[in-house]
Amino acid sequence: MKEINLTELEAAFQSKLDREIRIEPNDWMPADYRKTLIRQISQHAHSEIVGMLPEGNWITRAPNLRRKAVLLAKVQDEAGHGLYLYSAVETLGADREETIDDLHSGKAKYSSIFNYPTVSWADMGAIGWLVDGAAIMNQVPLCRCSYGPYARAMVRVCKEESFHQRQGFEIISKLALGTPEQKEMAQDALNRWWWPALMMFGPNDADSPHTQQSMNWKIKRSTNDELRQLFIDVTVPQAELIGLTIPDPDLKWNQETGHYEIGTINWDEFWAVVSGNGPCNRERVAARKKAKEDGMWVREAALAHAEKRKARQAS
Amino acid sequence: MSQKEWPLWEVFIRSKQGLNHKHVGSLRAADAEMAIENARDVYTRRSEGVSIWVVESNRIFASDPTEADALFEPAHSKVYRHPTFYDVPDGISHM
Repeated sequence: MKEINLTELEAAFQSKLDREIRIEPNDWMPADYRKTLIRQISQHAHSEIVGMLPEGNWITRAPNLRRKAVLLAKVQDEAGHGLYLYSAVETLGADREETIDDLHSGKAKYSSIFNYPTVSWADMGAIGWLVDGAAIMNQVPLCRCSYGPYARAMVRVCKEESFHQRQGFEIISKLALGTPEQKEMAQDALNRWWWPALMMFGPNDADSPHTQQSMNWKIKRSTNDELRQLFIDVTVPQAELIGLTIPDPDLKWNQETGHYEIGTINWDEFWAVVSGNGPCNRERVAARKKAKEDGMWVREAALAHAEKRKARQAS
Repeated sequence: MSQKEWPLWEVFIRSKQGLNHKHVGSLRAADAEMAIENARDVYTRRSEGVSIWVVESNRIFASDPTEADALFEPAHSKVYRHPTFYDVPDGISHM
């Protein structure tokens, strides 16, 4: 094995990034690049898994069989997305169970949006339309992420997310165009989910310390504020089309910039939810822990069965 | 025992008859049968496959990326293996 020094390795790594060549699992990479990816991908995976809980809440109470089948398929997709991502994080040498334990201990975060409760059926519409809509905005640029396995997982995820957003918009628009009570439900859901959806893009660029490094590494391709603006610009006309009002008295169209301008985001609320004090933080983590603990005997039995069968075949 | 993990499996899917199996990702499963069933649920929810291969990840041996230049050098220096290396005179067709 020839002697390679760190400077040469770093130069070779940077040169790959500059030429838009993807980094693959066995390639040399700076320790901080690996660490950043493990953190980001595992937290993304946790978001998908925890994200099943608010919607799982409504599977048994969906208004009809069609809605129930669709919601079930959607929640199953979220599980799948979590698994693609845990698979990607394992290519970096991280241990799947350890990353899950970090979620359960509170060391690892997940998207703060899933700490809000789903109190009415209209929330299933608002989540698909706004939360999955915002997730798509975040995830499309990640399909070009410099780390190959993450980018490939994102391609699969994005293909599936567009079904999620459409099924949500179908629910919310059906309600919005229905009886006055139904329209009220839709408006109420929009009122509660609009601001948390905007917070999904993360802090303003000036307050986002990791953004610049992630952009340099081509993990991140657009800034939080750029993506948030994109989301606002496409979503406001959709709300207007179905007769719903965006809950922001300061919202206005700027003819010159060609963008909507919004009021002030309540960042105190964002940081409170991120740091564990949202309406459902404890409930969400407790549900994940319970699922792991309750399923433990099944996983152990499956392994014991596999080992016994292997031993029998060998003899 | 409680902390013992299921082994990691690499998943390969044939998207349709006539095409190769292609690597799509990995998953955890207690045995091969469960790995195939899980792969069906994780990687083919939208009819992406007609056949699944799984292999335990620790059974895969990979070339060393830092040795890639040396490993693949023999092919780089043999441009005459490509048809474009040769001049075909005007007027010659079907070649």
